[in-house]
Amino acid sequence: MNSTNKYKRYQRQILLHEFGEAAQEKLQNAKVLVIGAGGLGCPALQYLAAAGVGTIGIVDFDVVDISNLQRQILYTVEDIGKSKAETAVSKLAALNPEIQIRSFNFQITNENALQIISDFDLVIDGSDNFPTRYLVNDACVILDKPLVYGAVLRFEGQVGVFNLADKHSNIKTNYRDLFPESPDSTSKLSCNEVGVLGVLPGIIGTMQATEAIKIIAGVGQVLANKIISYNALSNSFYDFEITPAKNETITFPKNENEFLNFNYEWFCKSQSIKGEISISEFDALRRIEKITIIDVREMAELPLVDEFLYIHIPLVNFEKFISTIPQENKIVIFCRSGKRSLKALEILNKKLPNCIAFSLAGGIESWKINNSNS
Amino acid sequence: MEIRIIVFGQLTDIIGKTELAFSDVNNTDELKQKLSNMFPELSKIKYAIAVNKIVAQNNTALIEKDLVALLPPFSGG
Repeated sequence: MNSTNKYKRYQRQILLHEFGEAAQEKLQNAKVLVIGAGGLGCPALQYLAAAGVGTIGIVDFDVVDISNLQRQILYTVEDIGKSKAETAVSKLAALNPEIQIRSFNFQITNENALQIISDFDLVIDGSDNFPTRYLVNDACVILDKPLVYGAVLRFEGQVGVFNLADKHSNIKTNYRDLFPESPDSTSKLSCNEVGVLGVLPGIIGTMQATEAIKIIAGVGQVLANKIISYNALSNSFYDFEITPAKNETITFPKNENEFLNFNYEWFCKSQSIKGEISISEFDALRRIEKITIIDVREMAELPLVDEFLYIHIPLVNFEKFISTIPQENKIVIFCRSGKRSLKALEILNKKLPNCIAFSLAGGIESWKINNSNS
Repeated sequence: MEIRIIVFGQLTDIIGKTELAFSDVNNTDELKQKLSNMFPELSKIKYAIAVNKIVAQNNTALIEKDLVALLPPFSGG
């Protein structure tokens, strides 16, 4: 674009005293990655493209569905069944052909996240599930990239900026400082299940774009170390200042290797549904946090277990000695085949209802077979 | 002494309102315990507690006129 056209296109923001041509130049040189081209991603993408962000990346593996059109305003009836990422690219290119737009038409995972994100200066999280949110957060922390977070439910939305120091301190906080522990099943209510007012992700996604533009242009006060909660019904905003978490018992990946090995699906799994835990889930859980393991077999029953520490309370005495079980960690109960441990779990759930406990599916026999193969 | 508590997101479903007040809690741990006793479902839910708009990372003392906010995570996009 020649400079006259460029001036015309961006004239209204170049005119802004705090913005000017210098900030426009910064936008043109910036690379922003938007995770999720849904309710939050659509408005964020439109404003970033319109404002002249030079390179935009879009990650989404999903296709357009008719139920998306109520809030995902980049798409029309003709786009139903088409890739969101690719449809978004063509719509944004029509809006602003002067910018580079890249689509990543697949799911972001441990394996690809670091490589994708490292090509960008800033990330906008418009995803719709907890595993992706924790994954994107951790990747941004490891790569030291600012992350503009947004989430919506019903009539409420949250927006904040992670991994960016505010003007007064060198402190950088992130999603894990706000919600260090994995969410429970009720937190996992999704917009599919409980609904969302269509305009709400429009508001929150637009706020995310605003924060991204402010960060790039270096204007105004950014929501660094803060999160705002907006309620559309009461027209109210409430802000939360985030401080670094102090709980050192909660583990999360801090380097590339740990990141590649972290099981995000498991971390975010519903843990209020009490029941069985699979062998691989049990092994993942042992790796990521301190848990209490209980053997409910008879004394000296085979096979012997020396691979991890556990407490021994045979099922016949389980109720009698239940008070000796530490309750601060998650509990996994095992027996030989996984049947007695289910009975013990039933007793435990009745007597200690606040504990989070599981029974090892298939028992220690299956665990031994599984672990000798691998 | 009165501590005001405001409630966000799906926590309002459990508590049944967006605001409540207590006069007999001295710190955030006591508040959590009291809430869990009153609303057992809450004991299984993870939420952030902010005292006067600052997220409390540890047990935090509460005094007259403090404003406590309970913020649950949600993931919709």
